[in-house]
Amino acid sequence: MKLFPIRGGIHPEYRKELSGERAIEALPLPSRLYIPLQQHIGAPAEILVSEGDLVKKGQVIARRQGQISAHHHASTSGRVVEVTEIPAPHPSGLPQPTIVIEPDGRDEWVTLPEPIADPFAAAPEVIEERVAESGIVGMGGATFPSAVKLNLGIRHRIDTLLINGAECEPYLTCDDRLMREHAEAIIDGARIMAHTLGAPRIVVGIEENKPQALAAITVAASDFPNIDVAALPVKYPMGSERHLTLAITGLETPARKLTADLGVVVHNVATARAVHQAVRLGRPLIARVVTVSGGAMREPKNIEAPIGARVSDLIDFCGGFSQRPERIIQGGPMMGTPLPNLDVPVVKGTSGILALTAAEINERPADPCIRCGACVNICACGLTPVELAAHIRHDDLEGAAKLGLADCVSCGSCSWVCPSHIPLVHYFNYAKGALNARDREQRKTERTKTLVEANAARQERIAAQRAAARKPKAAPAANEVPS
Amino acid sequence: MIGAETTKSGPFAHSTNTVRQTMFTVILALSPATLFNLYLFGWPSILLFGVTIGACVVTEAICLALAGRPVTHTLSDGSAVLTGWLLAMTLPPWAPWWIGVLGAVFAIPLAKQAFGGLGQNLFNPAMVARVALLVSFPVVMTAWIAPHPLFSASAPGLADSIAITFGGQVPDGVTAATALGYVKTELSRGIPVFQSLVEYGRGSNLTYTPDLMDLATGYKPGSLGETSAILILIGGLFLMRRRIITWHIPVTVLGTLFLMGTLFNLLDPGRFAPGLFHVISGATFLGAFFIATDYVTSPVSEKGQLIFGIGVGLLTWVIRTFAGYPEGMAFAVLLMNSLTPIIDQYTRPRLFGRTRKGEPLPLKGKA
Ligand code: SF4
Ligand code: SF4
Repeated sequence: MKLFPIRGGIHPEYRKELSGERAIEALPLPSRLYIPLQQHIGAPAEILVSEGDLVKKGQVIARRQGQISAHHHASTSGRVVEVTEIPAPHPSGLPQPTIVIEPDGRDEWVTLPEPIADPFAAAPEVIEERVAESGIVGMGGATFPSAVKLNLGIRHRIDTLLINGAECEPYLTCDDRLMREHAEAIIDGARIMAHTLGAPRIVVGIEENKPQALAAITVAASDFPNIDVAALPVKYPMGSERHLTLAITGLETPARKLTADLGVVVHNVATARAVHQAVRLGRPLIARVVTVSGGAMREPKNIEAPIGARVSDLIDFCGGFSQRPERIIQGGPMMGTPLPNLDVPVVKGTSGILALTAAEINERPADPCIRCGACVNICACGLTPVELAAHIRHDDLEGAAKLGLADCVSCGSCSWVCPSHIPLVHYFNYAKGALNARDREQRKTERTKTLVEANAARQERIAAQRAAARKPKAAPAANEVPS
Repeated sequence: MIGAETTKSGPFAHSTNTVRQTMFTVILALSPATLFNLYLFGWPSILLFGVTIGACVVTEAICLALAGRPVTHTLSDGSAVLTGWLLAMTLPPWAPWWIGVLGAVFAIPLAKQAFGGLGQNLFNPAMVARVALLVSFPVVMTAWIAPHPLFSASAPGLADSIAITFGGQVPDGVTAATALGYVKTELSRGIPVFQSLVEYGRGSNLTYTPDLMDLATGYKPGSLGETSAILILIGGLFLMRRRIITWHIPVTVLGTLFLMGTLFNLLDPGRFAPGLFHVISGATFLGAFFIATDYVTSPVSEKGQLIFGIGVGLLTWVIRTFAGYPEGMAFAVLLMNSLTPIIDQYTRPRLFGRTRKGEPLPLKGKA
């Protein structure tokens, strides 16, 4: 297949061999499950259960509310012991409402919705509804509600569905394992999604460093002439939605537009499998494959864990740490976030849990920038990180914004490559946050100003009306024409 | 302002690159040429070499201490050693010790620390020092000598060498012109270039003359870095292989110089030296691979580096050909250094999804 080059990119140490050959194992049922109401981008789900309720496996325990939101389900049968606030698996560690379930060990399913017998004959809305009811969100880490993304076929003419199996983050092998072990489910899910979107063509993009996954997917796709498998060059951040689209279709998504505006929708391989399970088996998304790895992990594994299992449960299942980890990361090392503690649960977006040693992280105090230009030449978005950082260091956030700060996808490549170990992404995230806050502030003042102005205008209008009301009385008097 | 309270962002992985490793890789790349040349010019050059680097390290340490910055940590980044090394490679090998010390003072406190230290300087410190010395002490700075290899009969012993370097007692009859200098002087006397080149090769009125092969291998008068083009080239290729530098600057510098030389030589061989001569003589290779590629003072983007390299090549040729100095590389680099901020500004890469002007790309009809 003809591919298109993407600018820049890096070749980090992948270390996928730590867990790549480990088949997916199911996590034994933990003693408690912690299911947060917010595991997705959008509004938190609305809670449907209360303390003491008995729930079955697959039962909806929190319902989506608003346009962009997701259902959440009980990952096993048991009793709701508590609805409480616990730290979210997020670097801020901010507490958020969470349903705590004590499993009863029977793992008993609720009556599941009927499988959709022939999804290719079903109306797109039916599939969308099923995907929404099943609580599926983007499992590559973006956690955008998938039903909304399947909806894009209504307003856009979609001609290509890209299935993202690039897995360009180092260490992570969960998608690799899924593709090797569940290729048919992935292809079936992809076909269902393409049908829903009205997309005639499917391309599965897989980096060349996963030859078995490539082979398995190629075999599974061989019966379907509309599916292509693209062996992508190994380069980080190939898995970024816009870059993947460019590499496979040659189309560059304009700033502030969606790939859907070009007729392309991207879904992750794990999402495709979840769609397959929801449609063919009626099963909601209650478990996901997580790569547990890193130099400090005794026995790295790929674990199919129920949503809500604590990170510590997974680490215990891997035999604990072999040495003191410097940091525990959720996701990959490039874009993942440090975990506040080990009690946070696995959520729908948790692709990896990495216990990294100091040597792996290789953090050092920053030296002065030597203007080596490496960051400029590797940025896949065409930014000049060295300049952005200079502006931010002088607190000139507008200057950084003018150079395209908002276009930075925080992929981390520039920080990775910098010989001076300057925490560039750290600067950018700080600046983006500060600019957002400033924007909100400004919008608030503007709103206040508009309100004040509106009020003033109203007062004026009232005054004018009063004056006018007085005038007619006075006017006739003045202009009184004797009749 | 950004501070410690901001949540730590990733990535939680890093390449093995460090500033220190970069600097020492460059030094490693310079080593073969340096060793060969120290051998070629013997003890006095070794003494001068040591004095120059030592002076750079000491002045850097003093500046850091005065500025209240961590001395050992910063010194260990190797940048002062590298500056001293590069400076030493552009000096006449038998120059007196104070040339090295004065050069260090020009390079470190004035050209580097006054701008704010590593990464902040606009001009290449070693080239600032060289040009300042050349302008202030033109005679000393152009007193090139013929090779006197260590342990050869003509080589001065250690005692004599100390007298040369620290006592300024250069024996008579050892100086020789560099090829560039010779051709230039001859031209000013009305001798056409093609003739003087042949003469330089044949050795008329010189105590020592290299043949053209020696020009490339380095057995010829000149500074440490000027002489062995081949060893410098090997070092430069090593740097490219290690991805410390890219091809953009060296290739454009050499290419431009070669093209200009060849073009004008074809027009008037009596007036203009051939392209190949430009490329293999003088400090061309040192300049192209080690000086013009200095990170701090050259543009950051590859496109900017192409423009920068073409500029250096062009200016070098112009200065060598038309100005009073036979060697123009240092001036050319400094002139282009001054343009680096502007080049950087106009050669930013195009942002993903945007036009060059920064507007979002137009939505083309579906492909
Ligand atoms: S990679 Fe680091 S040292 Fe190099 S230019 Fe960028 S910020 Fe400066
Ligand atoms: S983090 Fe942003 S600036 Fe840095 S390489 Fe990635 S996109 Fe470019």
